[in-house]
Amino acid sequence: MNRKVIREDLDSRIFDAVNKVLLVCFMVIILVPLWNVIISSLSSGRALAEGGFIFWSKEFSLENYRAVFNDSTIGQSFVVSVAKTFIGVITHVFFCAMIGYGLSKRYIRGRKLYVAMGVITMFFSGGMIPTYLLIKSLGLLNTFWVYIIPALFSYYDVVILMNFFRNVPDSLEESAKIDGAGDWHIFLKIFIPLSMPAMATIALFNGVGQWNDFMTTKLYITDQALYPLQMKLYEIIVQSQTQSMQNIGGSVVIETTTKGVQLATIVITTLPIVAMYPILQRYFISGMMLGAVKE
Amino acid sequence: MNKTSASVASASIPPAIPPSAKKPMGQRIKEFVTDYKRQWEIQSMVLPGIIFMIIFCYIPIYGLTIAFKNYTVIDTLSTAPWVGLDNFRIILSDEYFWDAVINTLGISFLKLGIGFIIPIILAIMIYELNMGRFKKFVQTISYLPHFLSWIVLGGMLITWFSTSGLFNELLLNLGLISKPSNILLDAGKYWWIATLSDIWKEAGWGTILYLAIMAKIDPTYYEAARIDGAGRLRQIWNITLPNMKAIISLNLILTVSGLLGSNLDQTLVLMNSQNREKAEVINSYVYRMGMTQGDFSYATAVGLGVSIVSVILLLMANKVTSKLNDNQSVL
Repeated sequence: MNRKVIREDLDSRIFDAVNKVLLVCFMVIILVPLWNVIISSLSSGRALAEGGFIFWSKEFSLENYRAVFNDSTIGQSFVVSVAKTFIGVITHVFFCAMIGYGLSKRYIRGRKLYVAMGVITMFFSGGMIPTYLLIKSLGLLNTFWVYIIPALFSYYDVVILMNFFRNVPDSLEESAKIDGAGDWHIFLKIFIPLSMPAMATIALFNGVGQWNDFMTTKLYITDQALYPLQMKLYEIIVQSQTQSMQNIGGSVVIETTTKGVQLATIVITTLPIVAMYPILQRYFISGMMLGAVKE
Repeated sequence: MNKTSASVASASIPPAIPPSAKKPMGQRIKEFVTDYKRQWEIQSMVLPGIIFMIIFCYIPIYGLTIAFKNYTVIDTLSTAPWVGLDNFRIILSDEYFWDAVINTLGISFLKLGIGFIIPIILAIMIYELNMGRFKKFVQTISYLPHFLSWIVLGGMLITWFSTSGLFNELLLNLGLISKPSNILLDAGKYWWIATLSDIWKEAGWGTILYLAIMAKIDPTYYEAARIDGAGRLRQIWNITLPNMKAIISLNLILTVSGLLGSNLDQTLVLMNSQNREKAEVINSYVYRMGMTQGDFSYATAVGLGVSIVSVILLLMANKVTSKLNDNQSVL
């Protein structure tokens, strides 16, 4: 009896040890490449050309960042990225909350039709070309509003908010109605303040999406002044790739300076998300759970 | 009780019609209009959403008709001539399209085969950790790559795989290769690059839902199993996995229905002139035919075909998994 318990205990300890070793390997696979990008971006062009380092750069230098900040278009792209993320998130969350509030009332006339229309949009869409033609005929091509208006609505987010609003006790609404408050008043003054956790979750997901979005620009924007950071980075990457392919074995110096700029831009593009990460993390787990709840 | 009072109330105007029976059309419309007017304030909140859906979702769905037309730049949607199934006939004999199909399926099946199981294993491994601090650390780090955009990750991959980059450096140091080479220019390896980079980015994120489900498993199951002498692996097999069956099926359905829609961002940033033949997927083909070559009708036809197949796959996967789950549909 006793021997059996000890043997089990040993098995269990071996299991724990193997488990931990494997997870540490997993952490290394994620962290080493990321770390390598950061220290490479802080290396001189010469060190980058020679290569030969993994954990620590041979020649520390800020020249890549200087080159990036000297390029005024990068600053402009940063402003576009911040503006589209900020305005996009606020309008998206408000728009979805408004519709979600309306649909959370079971007595609303036409509710079945509205919900059916919404569910269909989750499974079918016109796809790339018909959407492009629509955006074109609405005159949204090459305007800032193409980042905001088509991104206003997502039925998925409406459902999450709708479910959240349902959990608010009915008595709150009834007593406000007795005091003479209208639906808009109740929505703005009672439901929005009570639903901040759900709205924050959606805001954060949507914010990451807006910040990382690049297809909208690729499809609808040709005006360089409206390029966000992601598109700017894409251009730098594509440029350096075609360049390095044209002169394979040729001038290595050109390749590595673009490589340095590329690395610095990668770090700058990612920095805001990483800075937000500790705040994000608190919300996104509950957000995933909210999303998993079905109506 | 409630039922009788309701029928009494309605009986006062049209006598003896039970509430379930159909009222005349005119009266129903009239009732709807009066109710709508009475609810105008709450209706004014939903109305913008309905207008949005009609414009941005349903007009493009109607726009799919150009797949059956010959749309050129001078046409509008209504003036373009109908050509029936011509566009689809051309697709079937287009070898570039079939290349894209093969690449899409190849990459998707690799992602499905490897990428689907890894988050499950990883979630179980994290769940089995009993040190709070380390557990938290592992979770925090494993979610991080999900927040990088494909453009950023593409840029990173290009640097890592460059001849003086991390990947070659590691292999040289380990003595696995003698000469550095850029594997992004090697078409034969592209499927693996696409698959493994996707797993690197999303595996950790994929564990969240599984971990949330596992947190709800009753710990007394494990205690009982321990008393019966079950080892850790046995406990995972007989308690943890059965408890995750429903969520695993749901994920499987969603993954299978997305088989034909591989990642456009990833392809656009990692594809180059050297690996194109193995990197072109259906989405990037639609993009190239439609947006760069302006063949709107043809590109729409490809997109429509893919959507139809995807919906069929979704329904089939739902049927199969509901059989596995005692005939209960998880959708």
